[in-house]
Amino acid sequence: MATTNIILAGFGGQGILFAGKVIAYAGLMEGKEVSWLPSYGPEMRGGTANCSVCVSDEMVASPLVINPDILIAMNTPSFEKFIDALVPGGIAIVDSSLVDAKTDRTDIHLFQVPATQLANEKGLKGLANIILVGKMMKESGFVSLDGIYKGIDKSVPAKKAHLAVSNKQAVELGMSL
Amino acid sequence: MAERVLMKGNEAMAEAAIQAGCRHFFGYPITPQTEVSAYLSKRFPKIGGTYLQAESEVAAINMVLGAASAGVRAMTSSSSPGISLKSEGISYLAGSDLPCVILNVMRGGPGLGGIQPSQADYWQATRAPGHGDFQVLVFAPSTVQEMVDTIFRAFDKADEYRMPAMILADGMLGQMMEPVSFPEGKADTQKEKPWAANGHGFKRKQNVINSLYLNPAVLEQKVRERFERYAQIQKTEQMAEEFMMEDADFAVVAYGASARIAKSAVVAARAEGIKVGLVRPITLWPFPTDALQKAAAQVKGFLCVEMSMGQMIDDVKLAISCSRPVAFFGRTGGIIPTPGEVLGEIKKLAGGAK
Repeated sequence: MATTNIILAGFGGQGILFAGKVIAYAGLMEGKEVSWLPSYGPEMRGGTANCSVCVSDEMVASPLVINPDILIAMNTPSFEKFIDALVPGGIAIVDSSLVDAKTDRTDIHLFQVPATQLANEKGLKGLANIILVGKMMKESGFVSLDGIYKGIDKSVPAKKAHLAVSNKQAVELGMSL
Repeated sequence: MAERVLMKGNEAMAEAAIQAGCRHFFGYPITPQTEVSAYLSKRFPKIGGTYLQAESEVAAINMVLGAASAGVRAMTSSSSPGISLKSEGISYLAGSDLPCVILNVMRGGPGLGGIQPSQADYWQATRAPGHGDFQVLVFAPSTVQEMVDTIFRAFDKADEYRMPAMILADGMLGQMMEPVSFPEGKADTQKEKPWAANGHGFKRKQNVINSLYLNPAVLEQKVRERFERYAQIQKTEQMAEEFMMEDADFAVVAYGASARIAKSAVVAARAEGIKVGLVRPITLWPFPTDALQKAAAQVKGFLCVEMSMGQMIDDVKLAISCSRPVAFFGRTGGIIPTPGEVLGEIKKLAGGAK
């Protein structure tokens, strides 16, 4: 059973939940079973936000990810909270512009991407989340680029359709790193 | 089947209600179900529906009573503390033989409790959704798609039996997104309601909707008639899913969100050679006694998993007349059990033996 379990985590406002939705929709567009489970509550307002995304060939049983195959971390508390939960051989994609924490683990693949800094430099302000999704695509390849593009088209609200273009640029930038 | 879209459980239930012909919603906001209200408040004005945010939960459920009396499909939605406030009205709806759909997206209790997922309102839903001798239909979907399918069924069955139907979900199912498709051509399967108190231009005798019967003999008769209907429902409306039960020596019993966790644990236990399956009640009232009795004839023991201190376990024991041991594992207060924790309990039940 091929299942990819992902945790995305960071501050509220960084687009954690949106990035998770893009990944889930990408899986759905490729005919996979998916689930997206957000943290909700007062912690979202300026505090930490995280979401569990499962992409599977079969119906997703538990949508709550305890031990992720992939972790996308956009702040230090999130990195510290989840890095030890990552499965051996798992992939951690970390926004190194914001996360200064270290890990002793040598059994995981850790990728440090200065996503927030790159987003600001390349005119993609606010799209550090999607740059990290692009990097995740490159390192894991469990969904196709076409799937991610369709996921973006589905996830960007109709009134903000013009943002799909910059989101796709952010994916490409992430994949080039 | 239509295209599968990604939707939150709360929004999917709201859309399903629209497609089931519901045009009257009365509610009051509360986490974690507010998306139901938010969705309908946007959509209803565009399609001629009535969305009304009442001044309180008590007002909202009584507006449902009024709308249901007029024969339309009416719905309200809340979360645990709000359902307690609605319980008076739910009793009046049942006492007036009125159909409606009530969503309870459960959160931790008692009191204001918390806002994270819980299943601690099982007793309330199945034993005492209000004062007096009565039941409501209680459905417990465990996926967003099943939430959609259940809304159609809840409206249909509420109309068929002239009684309130409750969908007992929780914060996890309400907040999570999963792919859903909506059944085509199912909109408005509502039946004629010759009992409704709606305008008729003096063409027939007036209908009266009432729950007050001062003559005890008349009231007893009313309640007895209602319970005859309940007995029929208990025979014909039980629903349960059996998962990996064919050769199971042990059975986990769980509903809703905790059934999702339990399913993962069952799969993991199977990988370790433990012959365990899952019986997942889809209707909580009527409780799927038949499925439990069938399992009891086969397994050595049960494990009931809930997000509560243990409420459904009573019905499991009653269903099987305590003929097998029933162990319990629960987390409460808004904590979701992990598949690993449930797997540990399955191993305990199986006594380490394979």
